[in-house]
Amino acid sequence: MKVLTANRLIDGEAVWYSADGWRETLEGAEIAADKDGEARLEAIGAAAFAADQVLDVAIIDVALIDGAIVPTRLRERIRAAGPTNRNDLGKQARPHAVQAA
Amino acid sequence: MYRYDEFDRDFVSARVAEFADQVDRRLAGQITEDQFRPLRLMNGVYLQLHAYMLRVAIPYGTLNARQMRMLAHIARTYDKGYGHFTTRQNIQYNWPALSDMPAILADLASVEMHAIQTSGNCIRNVTADHFAGAAADEVADPRPYAEILRQWSSVHPEFSYLPRKFKIAVTGADRDRAAIQVHDIGLHLKKDGAGRLGFAVYVGGGQGRTPIIAKKIRDFLPEEHLLSYTTAIMRVYNLHGRRDNKYKARIKILVHETGTDEFARQVEAEWSSLKDGQLTLPAADIRAIEAYFAPPPLVARPEGDEALMLARLDSRSFSEWLDQNVVTHRNPDYAAVTISLKGIGDAPGDATDEQMDGVADLAERYAFDEIRVSHEQNLILPHVARADLEAVYDELVRIGLATANANLITDIIACPGLDYCALANARSIPVAQEISKRFAALDRQRDIGELKLKISGCINACGHHHVGHIGILGVEKKGAELYQITLGGSGDENTSIGEIIGRGFGPEEITDAIETIVETYLALRNAPTERFIDAYRRLGPQPFKEALYVGEVRAA
Repeated sequence: MKVLTANRLIDGEAVWYSADGWRETLEGAEIAADKDGEARLEAIGAAAFAADQVLDVAIIDVALIDGAIVPTRLRERIRAAGPTNRNDLGKQARPHAVQAA
Repeated sequence: MYRYDEFDRDFVSARVAEFADQVDRRLAGQITEDQFRPLRLMNGVYLQLHAYMLRVAIPYGTLNARQMRMLAHIARTYDKGYGHFTTRQNIQYNWPALSDMPAILADLASVEMHAIQTSGNCIRNVTADHFAGAAADEVADPRPYAEILRQWSSVHPEFSYLPRKFKIAVTGADRDRAAIQVHDIGLHLKKDGAGRLGFAVYVGGGQGRTPIIAKKIRDFLPEEHLLSYTTAIMRVYNLHGRRDNKYKARIKILVHETGTDEFARQVEAEWSSLKDGQLTLPAADIRAIEAYFAPPPLVARPEGDEALMLARLDSRSFSEWLDQNVVTHRNPDYAAVTISLKGIGDAPGDATDEQMDGVADLAERYAFDEIRVSHEQNLILPHVARADLEAVYDELVRIGLATANANLITDIIACPGLDYCALANARSIPVAQEISKRFAALDRQRDIGELKLKISGCINACGHHHVGHIGILGVEKKGAELYQITLGGSGDENTSIGEIIGRGFGPEEITDAIETIVETYLALRNAPTERFIDAYRRLGPQPFKEALYVGEVRAA
């Protein structure tokens, strides 16, 4: 399973693609379960990059654990949560976000 | 310290205006990321995991209170209330918006600061001994030469597109506190038999994936030839340095592959056409730059000895701080103070906006308006009257910066690692924090003595692990963090590269492994005065391997 992520051009904020567009949290991101889904997300990412909305576009591996989307790599879990040494920074500082590690 | 002249001011202002326009055009979609990326990098703007990162240059680590207050203001206004002081004597902000960069750079320019050449394949911020101008063992202040190099290298048209980045460090004392032998060019300022100032020139040192100790290619270069000789080195590198492979593009690889003697011959040949030409520094110009770095008016303050004696009796913690964080000054009434940014359990090198303001206040009141950033990620007040040390300490306690651990095991260098950095493979900060907590007891730290522990979260070695007495390198193995330990590295006048001791350790094992190494050292040192690095050089890796890999060493 994969989701589409990037950083927003204007402020660098880490964002994930959802049915409602780019969101600032991983929660609710659109999941690609097969090659067709991945190709669709890749096309959306490429278009958003070309439209100067985002940069550093990537499709990342995730798993669904107890209904929550959890990135496979620690790097992406940290992007989705914030620095592990300070839980007052990054997404984890917002309500309803989980810590990376 | 150096003050901008009209040219400097106009140049930096023009650059701010130029970059502001580039940011506007990028946000308006008029230029692509591929076009913009090299432009933002030339202005210190990176993209990291969570946000953009801005790296601000602090030339040779010297700044005044007004500048430090501006760094605090930027942290407070545009970032999240803190900044990270780096191993290159700079500061990084981890959360600024691209749209705020023009305002940040304009604020910096208002206090004679900028972010130019803090990235890209150019000559980066020239670093220097953080005790420059204060150290009792100094031949001369290295900063005037660092400033001359800064002026010469700023947007130097010939050296703005080098094969790779280029780092120069200068020290003015035999005891090397600037790690010059792990720089692309290391300059050791000294005097010859006739009392003339000049440099021993080292070339081709560096860390990263291929750590190499610099080679001395000249024992004494008279000061007036600094720019012509440096130009000769740069030209040989620019011509022959490899551009086909990023990992082999640093000058250390060129020197290594060419051979030191042949490389030196090429430099001398190039220099022969430059020597005594227009790059020769007129003595009057050197002295004029030197005047900017004239020592402050250090009036006699002989009351310090008695004041300190009494204060020591009053407070054990002050006494410990005095022993650990205060060093001798060239003037016996004064001292240089290390302000540790390594509070127990804190992220190494981080300071809050309030702490930066607090240090600025201290510098103004007690330290002739001078602050330094050390490559070990601490702050320095280089000139404090011994009579004022207790007042400085009390204020440091108030702002949470009175940790008495300079040069001890908890004075850890750590890169931002995977918590922030897009290049990292493993986290550095939490490892530093856990080790710091494990060794928190000051009596134990002081019993262990001087121990340089340095952590990098990837092979690029921003955390200087190769020259740590104990080095830790984080790698990613099978999707998990793994920490390799190197022992025996050193970044001083006896530079050595640490040796990998054996298989790596998981995040939950690494602190125990460090403790095992330390306990092994304590059991085997021949006297409490034998430092870890000296004991390691005497003993070699074997006893440490046996302690770390019980039952595995013989089997292997």
